[in-house]
Amino acid sequence: MSKKVAFLQGNEAAAHGALYAGCNFFAGYPITPSTEVSEVLSGELPKIGGKFMQMEDEIAAMAAILGASLTGAKVLTSTSGPGLSLKQELIGYGCIAEIPCVVYNVMRGGPSTGMPTGPSQSDVMCAKWGTHGDHPAICLVPASVQETYEEIIRAFNLSEKYRTPVMVMPDEIVAHMRERVVFPEQGEIEVVPRKSPTVPPEQYKPYDTSFGDVPPLAAFGSGYKFHVTGLNKAADGFPTTKASLVQAEEERQVRKVDANVDDIVTFEEYMLDDAEVVVVAYGSTSRSARYAVNVAREQGIKAGMFRIKTFWPFPDKQIKALAGKVKGFVIPEMNLGMCSLELERCAQGKAPVLGIFRVDGEPINPDQILDKIKEVK
Amino acid sequence: MAFDYDKYLRPGKLPHIWCPGCGHGIVMKGLIRAMDTLNLKKEETAVVSGIGCASRLPGYIDCCTLHTAHGRAAAFATGVKMAKPEMNVILVGGDGDGTAIGGNHFIHACRRNINMTYIIMNNYIYGMTGGQFSPCTPTGAKASTTPYGNPDPGFDIAKLAIGAGATFVARGTAFHANQIDKLIAEAIQHKGFSVVEILDDCPTTYGRRNKYKSVIEMMNRLKDVAVPVKAAEKMTAEQLQGKVLTGVLYKDETKPEYTAEYAKVIERATAAK
Repeated sequence: MSKKVAFLQGNEAAAHGALYAGCNFFAGYPITPSTEVSEVLSGELPKIGGKFMQMEDEIAAMAAILGASLTGAKVLTSTSGPGLSLKQELIGYGCIAEIPCVVYNVMRGGPSTGMPTGPSQSDVMCAKWGTHGDHPAICLVPASVQETYEEIIRAFNLSEKYRTPVMVMPDEIVAHMRERVVFPEQGEIEVVPRKSPTVPPEQYKPYDTSFGDVPPLAAFGSGYKFHVTGLNKAADGFPTTKASLVQAEEERQVRKVDANVDDIVTFEEYMLDDAEVVVVAYGSTSRSARYAVNVAREQGIKAGMFRIKTFWPFPDKQIKALAGKVKGFVIPEMNLGMCSLELERCAQGKAPVLGIFRVDGEPINPDQILDKIKEVK
Repeated sequence: MAFDYDKYLRPGKLPHIWCPGCGHGIVMKGLIRAMDTLNLKKEETAVVSGIGCASRLPGYIDCCTLHTAHGRAAAFATGVKMAKPEMNVILVGGDGDGTAIGGNHFIHACRRNINMTYIIMNNYIYGMTGGQFSPCTPTGAKASTTPYGNPDPGFDIAKLAIGAGATFVARGTAFHANQIDKLIAEAIQHKGFSVVEILDDCPTTYGRRNKYKSVIEMMNRLKDVAVPVKAAEKMTAEQLQGKVLTGVLYKDETKPEYTAEYAKVIERATAAK
């Protein structure tokens, strides 16, 4: 039987991917260039008995999905730069209270209103450092419409598995371009359910680490009564300022991601076997990078590409390994040097990092990348 | 026989954080009596709050409790209620939390007329942070950030709620403790967004700065300014000067409730499928 295919925009694919993952609650606020996610889900969610809410502001949308998630719903919100700034307050709440949710953020020019219809990759640091305090961060950066569909599903899975907010951040080019999408059959892609408590309600503690670093989360209204707060909390969910407990809880929350990087981090290696120059790229920029690598190869230059699919946690191990083998890295990105900072950190001075930084709302073209590849000596 | 508050209190969580003379405990007891009157199932009741002294209340109540971020209670609660409309959802918080940083969420919850009850403990001040003026601090009053007297006019929470579309609005005071449970119970039973403002006092950060000599003096003020709506009908404008109406101030049972309206959206969507 042939699979169902469609010609979709990245944002539309994100909405359909969310439905495949079992999303049944969405709250958002209109913002360019991500509004199509709301438009699709406002039509599709009620068809399956799900709920779509357009809230009074970005913060409220984030609050509503967290509240809904606590009742057991699988939740999504979508936004873009200025909205992401507003949501940061409650992304932090989701991290400390450990509430699964997916935040889809289309990267447009910034700061502030910036260039609402122009592509950018300048929110990648915001995904990790945007909300205050130490916290885990998972951020996926798809490069095609098909990948956006699939990465949304993976985002839901990671969010449920690690009980933490997960971000999916396509740049505006990926979000608005149209490509062929092949829909997976039901059951073809694994959908990870939330870990529910196995103990009776009177024994349940929402942060009981005897079940591991990711304690089961009960649903409000399912017979379990418990307390949720944004304060530092003990295993029973109630606030604590006891130094040893706070330290242990903070470390555990971050460890949920740090100890599982091999499960979370994904990437694509393109012509890396003998590569002397490695272009590190993500999102739509990787499409120009691939073209540039092909042309470089035709010209006898041993170039390759390391494509980042999971921006956070950063692929430290892979970049460190490459740094010892290559002559240099080239990093094209639509910001003034964000991923390049991470590359320099991981390269540890073993290989130079040459950046191509563009913030004028235009994509980085292959010629720019090819020229930079040739600068690596 | 004395009322058994333990039925709805979490074991081992008292004493509470509130200062002697604070009205929040009186409101909590009123809420518990209302929950008992309606025989609310603890597992099916969510108590949601923001940040502040009043917002610590959910920690003491043995239900599904959600202590959110500053001002965001109404937005979190909307998510809970929409995802599980069969749950009883009760919001609690203070005047600063609800009408300043949470003002936008408050008015939109009123507008949607979503079936939840919001109990606002109005003590005219940000107590937890040490007594800064709130949108409900009377003009001219002293706060830690109005050393020369408050230049701001205050909100009338009840009028704000009515204007924004809430369909049940009531007001009580911490002095009139026996009325609190009745107002809250009626609010919870109402199908729509209900707001119960309880005037109470912060002796620690408001009373001291504003020349109240004792908690009793502050309580007596609540007693003196409160006029039941029925009694007010027989009073002249002059007699009502400086008074505050108490009781059920507004009730509209005709406006559609939000979760019921969304159920119709689902019906239309599934019929069209």
